[in-house]
Amino acid sequence: MRIAVSCVQGAFAEHEKMLRNLGAEVVELRKKEDLDQSFDGIILPGGESTVQGKLLQDLKMLEPLKEKIRKGLPVLATCAGLILLAEHISNDDHVYFATLPVTVRRNAYGRQAESFYTEGSFGPYEKIPMEFIRAPYVERVSDDVEVLSVTDGNITGVRYKNQIAVSFHPELCCDTRLHEMFLGLCSS
Amino acid sequence: MSKRYELNKELAQMLKGGVIMDVTTPEQAKIAEAAGACAVMALERIPADIRAAGGVSRMSDPKMIKGIQEAVSIPVMAKCRIGHFAEAQILQAIGIDYIDESEVLSPADDVYHIDKTAFSAPFVCGARDLGEALRRISEGASMIRTKGEPGTGDIVQAVRHMRMMNRQIAEVAAAREEELYQKAKELQVPYELVRYVHDEKRLPVVNFAAGGVATPADAALMMQLGAEGVFVGSGIFKSGNPKKRAEAIVKAVTNYQDADMLAALSEDLGEAMVGINEEEISLLMAERGK
Repeated sequence: MRIAVSCVQGAFAEHEKMLRNLGAEVVELRKKEDLDQSFDGIILPGGESTVQGKLLQDLKMLEPLKEKIRKGLPVLATCAGLILLAEHISNDDHVYFATLPVTVRRNAYGRQAESFYTEGSFGPYEKIPMEFIRAPYVERVSDDVEVLSVTDGNITGVRYKNQIAVSFHPELCCDTRLHEMFLGLCSS
Repeated sequence: MSKRYELNKELAQMLKGGVIMDVTTPEQAKIAEAAGACAVMALERIPADIRAAGGVSRMSDPKMIKGIQEAVSIPVMAKCRIGHFAEAQILQAIGIDYIDESEVLSPADDVYHIDKTAFSAPFVCGARDLGEALRRISEGASMIRTKGEPGTGDIVQAVRHMRMMNRQIAEVAAAREEELYQKAKELQVPYELVRYVHDEKRLPVVNFAAGGVATPADAALMMQLGAEGVFVGSGIFKSGNPKKRAEAIVKAVTNYQDADMLAALSEDLGEAMVGINEEEISLLMAERGK
């Protein structure tokens, strides 16, 4: 299986390592020519959403990728990736892919001093390690969005058709279940 | 190892592949954010001006830093003097996202660095070689940058520091297990950190390039030498067209191996900052704090 990873900025190397450990092939997306390769899914990693959004736009990758996601390309979005997918950002005028019918809040917990670690259930899984680093959370979801995780009363994981998006960073630790779930989506 | 330290290391991981820009006003901070900076470093004077002004250089006015925190949504870093833990306490109190214990400012202590393990806020520190990097990490730094030579627009020292670190990491990685104790002694660092470098063939934290980056080509050079991101201090707002140069450096860091794109990015950037060559400077900031 070939999985594309958006490599414009952020913690993409960690996702790549996770994918390779699970036996997937990685396609790095840094410029629009990279989109000519074939892939079965895409990961939007953590990092700074303002930077990634701008680079995806300036490097002419935003529209073609949006089209692919709309047509059903499986996507796993973590932290900044969730912000890029959201239809609305409550504390920012920008929108990027806008393929996920949710409203997110950027830096919802505050600055780095408020970053935290916890473990929680995510869909069918128990005790998923969750790092929240200047993280967003989901404030509202449309009816057809499945909520996969709730942390302290806030939605931190959702699935909508071919899109899985989370506030936290499953790529940072050693728990592979979330990536396995995503690869399952890519192979079906 | 505390979870807080892990989270602080992980914030640095999120900055990877990005450019951290020095800014002195909220307006500059907004320009930097709009140009694609992954974080800004708030300071009263950029290194080139510190160098020109001379005298003792200290932590910036917290009010000025707060103005920048309010102006942007990306992480805001600020510098304290080497060893000045009271300045660091103040920066932590105003909720700074990363503290740079920096040789750009006048050192407050010529023996001791700050015990960074006593803080919940993350620290980035400069290093010229593996020993310095691991000493700062053992003191609690969760991110490392090359020292380079700030405010010169001359990349030579940053290159020297990055190459030195790479060479020493390769040496440690290639050493036999029983040789690691001696390596720890030579580098004046704890054995456990040497062990980590041996096993993982890298530093235990993210490593950025800093000190002298002035052009997209400089940024690409440092990335190809193994930097995981770039700090640009004086290079942007001391140049003719800060916005355009900033955007070009950001893209150069993403596509650092694509010479065609780098060529296009390097066109028409206007005047680069006026550089100072190594032999022309009287004050070597990189010599501060070892």
